[in-house]
Amino acid sequence: MKRSALGGGLLLLPLPVMFFALMVGRYPISPGEVFAALTGGEVAEVVRALVLRIRLPRIGAAALVGANLAVAGAVYQGVFRNPLVEGRLLGVSSGAGLGAALAFLLFPQPAVVQAFAFAGGALGVALTALLGWTFGGGVLVLVIAGVLVDSFLSAVLGLVKYAADPLGTLPAITYWLLGGLSGVRVPDLLPLGIASGIGLSFFLLARWRLNLLTLADQEAEALGVRVRPTRFLVVGMGTLLVASAVSVSGTVSWVGLLVPHAARAVVGPDYARLLPAAAGLGAALVVALDTLARTLLTAEIPLGILTGLLGAPLFLVLFLRFLRERGGWR
Amino acid sequence: MAVRLRVGGLVYAYIPGRPVLRGITLELRSGETAFLLGPNGSGKTTFLDCIGGLRPPAEGEVLLDDRPLGSFSARERAQQVGYVPQFHEPPFNFTAWEVVLMGRAPYVRWLSQPKEQDRRAADEALAALNLAGFRDRPYYTLSGGERRLVLVARGLAQGAAFLLLDEPDAHLDPANQHRVLLAVQEVVGEGLGAAITSHSPNNALLYADRVALFSAGEVLAQGAPGEVVTPPLLERAYGIPFISVGDGPGPRAVLPADQRPTRSRNP
Repeated sequence: MKRSALGGGLLLLPLPVMFFALMVGRYPISPGEVFAALTGGEVAEVVRALVLRIRLPRIGAAALVGANLAVAGAVYQGVFRNPLVEGRLLGVSSGAGLGAALAFLLFPQPAVVQAFAFAGGALGVALTALLGWTFGGGVLVLVIAGVLVDSFLSAVLGLVKYAADPLGTLPAITYWLLGGLSGVRVPDLLPLGIASGIGLSFFLLARWRLNLLTLADQEAEALGVRVRPTRFLVVGMGTLLVASAVSVSGTVSWVGLLVPHAARAVVGPDYARLLPAAAGLGAALVVALDTLARTLLTAEIPLGILTGLLGAPLFLVLFLRFLRERGGWR
Repeated sequence: MAVRLRVGGLVYAYIPGRPVLRGITLELRSGETAFLLGPNGSGKTTFLDCIGGLRPPAEGEVLLDDRPLGSFSARERAQQVGYVPQFHEPPFNFTAWEVVLMGRAPYVRWLSQPKEQDRRAADEALAALNLAGFRDRPYYTLSGGERRLVLVARGLAQGAAFLLLDEPDAHLDPANQHRVLLAVQEVVGEGLGAAITSHSPNNALLYADRVALFSAGEVLAQGAPGEVVTPPLLERAYGIPFISVGDGPGPRAVLPADQRPTRSRNP
């Protein structure tokens, strides 16, 4: 019972973090002013604009990106029965990167970049799924297909970067790939919000059922689960989450791998509790890191670099804990 | 009234034209324990998969109370036939109770959560097998025998009329083999039918109501344990001579006949 209360609490964790994030920045705003701006109370127009039009879209995007990556990561780890999987494994990240780079090369407008990144991410997974399906749809086959697709798309991305103008287009591609939310504008939020709404509500409703996908295929079949269609539906929904997040934020590493494990350490592996906890923790973490990214130095630090710097050592800690619990790696 | 699972003329081939099951006719009844014996590769596990609805047979029929098993939806089938695998290796450290609760999958709709009655069924299944103390134990900390018992409890929680168990006595010490098989007896006592593949003719003698002896994709013999688990039939199935020991009307145990060369014999 304690664990379930904790899981519910984690789902609410982003709210105070977001509120705090609305306060800090180059122009500090008091809690009272933030509250007034949010609730339509008496507040200076410049403060209202800063809170509602500048900071809130970015913080909202950060929360959705964090929740999407964490939930998709938790789901992928279960479906692939492998605790070390995240979206990158399926070719989402490299596909999105390639799409964005192509857009920078051909039609360098923000909306086109976002659309191409989303399409590229979805295409990456579609290729992986197609290859995997052709060879029987087993878990190992899908993982191998993902590695192949990721490697191939990364090579094509290298080709695009090589062809890009080193003074204008190449830096744009590079900054995009480093990941960050500084360019987020209100219109970007609509596709992200719709995709997140569909994907997150699907997974939060079907969360208990995800436990069954961690079983061996035959075990799950015997429990009445139609494994192959279910697996592809779930991977597809996960991809919707990751691709929509990556298309807005660029490559934000580690969140999809790290947050599910952190959530598991708190509430245990049962997806009924794990998914709300992962969503809350992921949202809070990315909002917090993005706030650091925009306030730590005068210049913006790319978010992807911060998550990487923090993610690797944190993951080591979690992984050692996991190994101890499991009694070694088999 | 007893539920019947009738299998008629079942043929199954992994590779077309090379059947591994060549016309199996068998009947399972609820409230009975059936042991499926036979050498490695004789088709026992494939047969279990076919009657579990996991492999559609090439020919023949599997009827659950006169209705073809193939006409059941996956969910309906899982409410009637449960399956206990030999191994269960979860990638995450679920508790015993969480593993047992997964047995309620055929009753929990998509986009919904287990209800109070599902939780209660999981608790009752654990209690029925004297596992209540294991409820919150992480699965990784359980021994091989305890894991097998938890899987039997999951099968019980599934609420099916039949439970198919793939070698539940394999890789366990004698005490744990008997704990698991006694747990199955418990389940059968609740009115379920159990079909057990096994490599232990002696466990069949002790626990089976009926035995089917498989050999090369066919049922060599079926009937009461004392009629099937006999040296001549076992020799035909396994290809080595057996002797039987026992003091009652039928054999209490069968043993491979001593075929060691004389010089290595104990004095």
